[in-house]
Amino acid sequence: MDFDLSEEQRLLKESIDGLLTDAYDFDARKKYMKEKGGWSKALWGKLAEQGLLGLPFAETDGGFGAGAVETMIVMEALGKALVVEPYLATVVVAGGFLRRGGSAEQKAKHIPGIIDGSKTFGFAQLEKNSRYDLFDVVTTAKKKGDGWVIDGEKFVVLNGENADTLVVTARTKGGQRDKTGIGVFLVPADAKGVTKKGYPTQDGLHAADITFTNVEVGADAAIGDPENGLPLIERVADEARTALCAEAVGAMDESLKETVEYIKTRKQFGVAIGSFQSLQHRAADMFVALEQARSMSMFATMASDFSDAKERSSAVAAAKVQVGKSLKFVGQQSIQLHGGIGMTMEAKIGHYFKRLTMIENTLGDTDYHLRRVSEGGGLLA
Amino acid sequence: MDLAFTKEEIAFREEVREFFKNNVPPETRRKLQEGRHLSKDEMVTWWRILNKKGWGVTHWPKEYGGTGWTTVQHYIFNEELQSYPAPQPLAFGVSMVGPVIYTFGNEKQKKEYLPRIANVDDWWCQGFSEPGSGSDLASLKTTAERRGDKWIINGQKTWTTLAQHADMIFCLCRTDKNAKKQMGISFIVFSMKSKGVTVRPIQTIDGGHEVNEVFFDDVEVPYENLIGEENKGWDYAKFLLGNERTGIARVGVSKERLRRIRALASKVESGGRPVIEDPAFREKLTACEIELKALELTQLRVVADEGKHGKGKPNPASSVLKIKGSEIQQTTTELLMEIIGPFAAPYDEHGDAGSNESMDWTAQIAPSYFNNRKVSIYGGSNEIQRNIISKAVLGL
Repeated sequence: MDFDLSEEQRLLKESIDGLLTDAYDFDARKKYMKEKGGWSKALWGKLAEQGLLGLPFAETDGGFGAGAVETMIVMEALGKALVVEPYLATVVVAGGFLRRGGSAEQKAKHIPGIIDGSKTFGFAQLEKNSRYDLFDVVTTAKKKGDGWVIDGEKFVVLNGENADTLVVTARTKGGQRDKTGIGVFLVPADAKGVTKKGYPTQDGLHAADITFTNVEVGADAAIGDPENGLPLIERVADEARTALCAEAVGAMDESLKETVEYIKTRKQFGVAIGSFQSLQHRAADMFVALEQARSMSMFATMASDFSDAKERSSAVAAAKVQVGKSLKFVGQQSIQLHGGIGMTMEAKIGHYFKRLTMIENTLGDTDYHLRRVSEGGGLLA
Repeated sequence: MDLAFTKEEIAFREEVREFFKNNVPPETRRKLQEGRHLSKDEMVTWWRILNKKGWGVTHWPKEYGGTGWTTVQHYIFNEELQSYPAPQPLAFGVSMVGPVIYTFGNEKQKKEYLPRIANVDDWWCQGFSEPGSGSDLASLKTTAERRGDKWIINGQKTWTTLAQHADMIFCLCRTDKNAKKQMGISFIVFSMKSKGVTVRPIQTIDGGHEVNEVFFDDVEVPYENLIGEENKGWDYAKFLLGNERTGIARVGVSKERLRRIRALASKVESGGRPVIEDPAFREKLTACEIELKALELTQLRVVADEGKHGKGKPNPASSVLKIKGSEIQQTTTELLMEIIGPFAAPYDEHGDAGSNESMDWTAQIAPSYFNNRKVSIYGGSNEIQRNIISKAVLGL
């Protein structure tokens, strides 16, 4: 049992924290968000230069062979700085599908572009009626010759507005809620028949609603088993949820720091408002919520090595429950303790609240995951 | 980062489990599972079994009978002890006064008291709180006046847990009325059989008798019963209170209760099906299990940190453990109440039988729910813990 970071992990943390401290203060972020697509290619290039985009990939694929702990370190740092660049969609999600399900050819074709920062990916999973059930898929992929024809609509596609390539879940067989007959396909965003409506999201990231009409792709578009892709999708979604938990911990950590700093300096009735016990106790409760979330983020991270898939997914779901509860409390109370200034677009604190709120609703909210753990027989077992 | 226990730690856990299985008297275990009170004999019998095994005062230095275990081994031992469940060592002796004596006491005191604490030859109780001094402990008024080679002690203590069984008390007494309130306090130990000591029971809302008022009326105590230096008692009290850091979360206790809740909820029916099949109930239970998992990991982080970096100052993270641990304990008692619903009603003054044979196990559920309101009050109320976090961690 050991909760410390290794020497290499410590260096990684220092390096990314250092990079973001220099290049990603609140003003820089505002500048990046005004660039084309809503994020900074230059900053993305810096992440690539430092090897951060290649972390989880095997050394034979040009990466660093890093594990879940390294992703946690990076995501926490990205959360602290409120980074809007598409790390989750590209490195964690698309990277995850390629690492865990990609053929040698697919890896060779796509991974180098992720590592050197030249390509980003989107994740087209959510449908109008699927909500958080990954197996609820209406979009179809029908065999045509060697390749596939994809038809359907996807919503709030992560990084959908800017991605070069889309990872699309589509049904190859069966009905809407069947757990088999689902495949994962790589579709170039500029393929014929792909229409997208891009938009910024509440948290300053960019997504898109995307329609696929008779989109033809080759045989090499399918990642893994096109008729039984759900286990792969669940595995990668768990990694993404784990990454989101870490991002939320980073954002909560910074949110609490900002808030404590604020109530130490803001004066009313002639004294710092942080001298009032009602505010002190609220801040203490925020600290408790943060530490509970941090513990569960670590739990989910370490669970990625669990060999039992059910145990692993229940650990991740439990983490998402705790993080979801904590982020709501920390996020809301950060605004409350800031008072009026917390309501303004100009203050940084509201942006943490918004990102945290969106994290809760990505890949399953608190109630959804609570139900999953509950239906799976609980956590003690 | 690695969550798994080492092979040696797993083997140790097996050894501990095996020992409990073979040595905890079954009746003692059953009573604990059902939330009943144990008799003095039952407790002492078990503690002497533990002490004979060499596990009576596990965390003490080896020279005084400790085990020399790693922090992780201590964690495993406590966790297994709580979740078996078996009675935990008497905190007042083993976790509180013992460490004060071996850290600040003189050789004679160590020789005289420590072995008797380990074997529970003396049952110790704690004389800290007073009617006017709860969270503001340093305002205490009980006095010890030096007269030749004696102290003359006058005053009143309250909430004195299990004083009805006690042979000895460790007491905070004011020895300098003119000093600032924290500066004039001394740490004095003496026999509860001394002339002038009166113990009066306090009945708590569950109907139980755990706590007492203790009165001192010109109690004569040898001067040599002072521990450490005169007027330094507040420092020793702080040391004592910060000493029991990780056990405070009582993760094992809550784990055992959650297991019991699952078992009972599968047995008791409501609406034509077992309570556990009610999604609303099950989700509340699951939410509690998740909170407990988070707490367990938070506790392990503190344990691991202490193992690596040594026990320095009291770790303010222990306040997180206290707040969350007590909230979860209380939630478990609420869930038990929910399971039995209307069958919580029958009150048994003697606390040892249910309303009828078949519902025997329900007898202690409501009392235990009432009784557990104490856990967010004692040991530094949760509000005091929030003060500690906001000052020591957040710098407010």
